[in-house]
Amino acid sequence: MKSLAELQAIKDKMKDKVVIREGVSSTRVVVGMATCGIAAGARPVLSAFVEAVNEGGLAGTVTVSQTGCVGLCQYEPIVEVYEAGKDKVTYVKMTADKAKEVVEKHLKGGKVVTEYTVANCE
Amino acid sequence: MKELSLNILDITENSVKAGATLTEISIVESGDTLTLTIKDDGCGMSDEILSTVENPFYTTRTTRKVGLGIPLLKMAAEMTGGKVKIVSSTNEANHGTTVTAHFFKNHLDFTPLGDIKETIVTLIQGHPDTDFLFTHQTNSGEVKLDTRELRVALEGVPLDTYEVIVWIKEYLNEQYQLLDNR
Repeated sequence: MKSLAELQAIKDKMKDKVVIREGVSSTRVVVGMATCGIAAGARPVLSAFVEAVNEGGLAGTVTVSQTGCVGLCQYEPIVEVYEAGKDKVTYVKMTADKAKEVVEKHLKGGKVVTEYTVANCE
Repeated sequence: MKELSLNILDITENSVKAGATLTEISIVESGDTLTLTIKDDGCGMSDEILSTVENPFYTTRTTRKVGLGIPLLKMAAEMTGGKVKIVSSTNEANHGTTVTAHFFKNHLDFTPLGDIKETIVTLIQGHPDTDFLFTHQTNSGEVKLDTRELRVALEGVPLDTYEVIVWIKEYLNEQYQLLDNR
């Protein structure tokens, strides 16, 4: 059985880390979660980013957050990647699998997956 | 929406946007009915706005002029012979909005609930500073998650910490397994 005691153990483990983590994130991944995004499948995309970023050891430098409608509803699910000192990258028509690929190639490897970007979309 | 749990995610986003500190999401399944209630203590809506929210051409968004959240929920409920009711107050003493949707589960056009666990986890991940009380009652028992209790145990560690998110997922999985085995 899962218990609140386990959360206390997480708390004890995290207390020191939280201080370090704040302010260090240089990359932000933002998933559009308005009606249009949700209807198009944004929920599993967000979930895949959260899992891949954390399981991939990027938690210290990448944050994953949610936003409302980006204004390009026909291209949802839309994901924007903001990196310090670089142009914003907008990924469109995302899926959970594409999300994992973006984490591997772009966030880890530093190479934008151009085939999924809005610039490459008909 | 392919799943009712996606409508729930969408409607609850409105509660958070209205500044709710606590949003109560309740699903009650009894016989062939499913009642969904989303109750928040956000800023509430004036009667004037309340009369327009079911209209797809009303929206709070600024990026375009159509708002489909409530109309989609209403359609999903009415397709099964059910209905949606919205009560809202902007009074200082009891401000907030309650959306209640009734569904008939055995109707051919009933949208399956889908992955409600993922909806709850997504809400907490996206809004770690607001509280959610989730309850799901069926004929065999109840699943409950109260982020206020988690917050007490976590003593300041944010709810969107990955380890916490994983714990919540596992906790909900376990609760639903217990419910299914009853």
